[in-house]
Amino acid sequence: MATDLNQQVAGIKEDYKFGFHDSDANYAFKSGRGLSKAVVEEISEIKNEPTWMREFRLKALDTFQKKPTPRWGGDLSTLDYDQIRYFMRATDRQGRSWDDVPAEIKNTFDKIGIPQAERKFLAGVGAQYDSEVVYHSLREDLAKKGVIFCDTDTALREHPDLVREYIGTIIPIADNKFAALNSAVWSGGSFVYVPAGVSVDVPLQAYFRINAESMGQFERTLIILEEGAHAHYVEGCTAPTYSSESLHSAVVEVIVKKGARFRYTTIQNWANNVYNLVTKRAVAHEDAIMEWVDGNLGSKLTMKYPAVHMVGKGARGEILSIAFAAAGQHQDTGGKVVHAAPHTSSRIISKSISKNGGRSSFRGLLKVTDGAKDARSNVVCDALILDPASRSDTYPYIEIDEDDVKIGHEASVSKIGEEQLFYLMSRGLSEVEASALIVGGFIEPLVKELPMEYAVEMNKLIQLQMEGSVG
Amino acid sequence: MSMSKVLRIENLRVAVAGKEILRGVDLTVKQGEVHALMGPNGSGKSTLSYALMGHPNYEVTGGKATIDGVDVLELEPNERAKAGLFLAFQYPTSIPGVTVANFLRHAVSNVRNPDRKEGEELIPMRDFRKEIRAEMDELGMDQQFARRYLNEGFSGGEKKRAEILQLAVLRPAFAILDETDSGLDIDAVRIVSEGVNRVAAKHSTGILVITHYERILTYIKPQFVHILYGGQFVEHGGPELVQRLEAEGYDWVRAKHPEAARHEDELEAADTRAQGASA
Repeated sequence: MATDLNQQVAGIKEDYKFGFHDSDANYAFKSGRGLSKAVVEEISEIKNEPTWMREFRLKALDTFQKKPTPRWGGDLSTLDYDQIRYFMRATDRQGRSWDDVPAEIKNTFDKIGIPQAERKFLAGVGAQYDSEVVYHSLREDLAKKGVIFCDTDTALREHPDLVREYIGTIIPIADNKFAALNSAVWSGGSFVYVPAGVSVDVPLQAYFRINAESMGQFERTLIILEEGAHAHYVEGCTAPTYSSESLHSAVVEVIVKKGARFRYTTIQNWANNVYNLVTKRAVAHEDAIMEWVDGNLGSKLTMKYPAVHMVGKGARGEILSIAFAAAGQHQDTGGKVVHAAPHTSSRIISKSISKNGGRSSFRGLLKVTDGAKDARSNVVCDALILDPASRSDTYPYIEIDEDDVKIGHEASVSKIGEEQLFYLMSRGLSEVEASALIVGGFIEPLVKELPMEYAVEMNKLIQLQMEGSVG
Repeated sequence: MSMSKVLRIENLRVAVAGKEILRGVDLTVKQGEVHALMGPNGSGKSTLSYALMGHPNYEVTGGKATIDGVDVLELEPNERAKAGLFLAFQYPTSIPGVTVANFLRHAVSNVRNPDRKEGEELIPMRDFRKEIRAEMDELGMDQQFARRYLNEGFSGGEKKRAEILQLAVLRPAFAILDETDSGLDIDAVRIVSEGVNRVAAKHSTGILVITHYERILTYIKPQFVHILYGGQFVEHGGPELVQRLEAEGYDWVRAKHPEAARHEDELEAADTRAQGASA
């Protein structure tokens, strides 16, 4: 898998690979810049939403406007809410097959390689192009079993009761400023529903992409696994490079019911001017297993801490996080686990790499509530710093209100060792190649958890980040 | 191997942290020859090997070391490897997450194709896999070994065997074995030595064995023996030198070379101070 980085990246340019963009003059609808009640109402109107959703949005807007911008984490002082376009739709139709998708948009996806990926072993592809999903498919036998995989707007039209029952229950409107913002202007995102006892044995996949300049992307993802269900959802995110700044603020809510198992894998590679402020939270019921695999490259600032709340006895939560901070980037990432029931167990493993003045911060919360007896948790965060200009910090928060617990916490910060470089170079590897190999090895334990094509992509991206970084 | 190469070290001076360790050494090794380099702790043996391979902490203050006329001291360590130089480390570094196979494929791709540009294709996986399987068999290594992370959690014997595996697939013109026998039991010394002999016979490798002990030299038989003392070569000879050191120790060397003995004492004192400071 990590076997030949170089072969995989042969021919990739040093520039941001996905920095191409389509003209947005042909957009079907574009909201003005900035946010107001009128904009929110217009979004709801265009989508022809039920009244309760319009009210949900308006309440959220009110909350957003009242809440102050967070002062912790990264620097948000240059984020100008008035310069953002909160809604834009590239096409009025939603394609069912690849042929129905407009040529310009298809061109973009071709560059990323979505149809090829689908042809392989993907259960369904939901590709989000700006605010609305333009293309969607799901393997027929899964649909027959009652599995729903569609964009959240479609879900609101076709399965309104399910959406209404669960939306905002895991991450309430008032959870934080950006969750409120998302609740006010959300558009698209994935909706996954897996009925009791159904196993989806191939990954469900979505690909998100911000295209238009100063375009906010506020997808809303809602995932429900009924008792004993199994599924794996995978998303990749890529945005073209623009000079002005974009905001990506998603909300992802996951409900994993008794005995169910779910894994959510994200590889994000936003352009270097994107604020990536995402709230992800899962609730794991009795004997349920929830796993977040979270890879963050690119962006100007990422603040993202996938969370698992273990509310049923025997539940398990696992968070694997990889962050790569290059020049001008701050990755403030980590994970949160809350043990709210007995015999629950969790693990957070975080690996970060900082180079060329990049900054990575690990922020983790481990909480055990009173009565969550025999809770077990292990938190490991390892940071690799490639040069003296780069930085890494660790902010672990631990709140334990129960005596009967087993907790482990380890943190390490290392620099690429002179001895390691010398050893590899003495065997014929150039300094860059040696560094890339060391970095690849550092993240290997996490990369091997990824589905094959994502592992390849991850290695490509890391290699790309490494080129020309040393010497 | 087409043309026979020559490694020529001339008046080499090396300092570490501003302190001169090697004070002008000369040595010529031809392909196919086996040389042994002996000397007490701190005499400069490892300094010579690290300086030749290009470790950044070893500062060359004078002299040169050429392979077929090209001064390798001017080259980066990876370029030295491509020029045909190999160092079997006394303490190989571990590289977590990087498998032996992946690492070796990168190494072989560079060393066998010296003109390869960064990011260009690696040697074909199929041929490479076949090759390292065969070499691991020869060294009595389990095939699983290729999938382990490089030197991570390896026993002393496994580390040394891994070094010889690298020697076998990289096929250098010259190999320096830096105390390859240290920390090995007698069976492991034999297995590793047989591996070295097999590679040397096949590729006509010029070998420089650095050691404290006679033991490894009963398996890898040197034609030339050199004694390094106080940062200089003080005696050159054949296998009989090994016997004499084994029987008499270094007292006669001290007596015969008083100036070198003075330097040796200085180096040893500095060494002791450094250890005291770090303890």
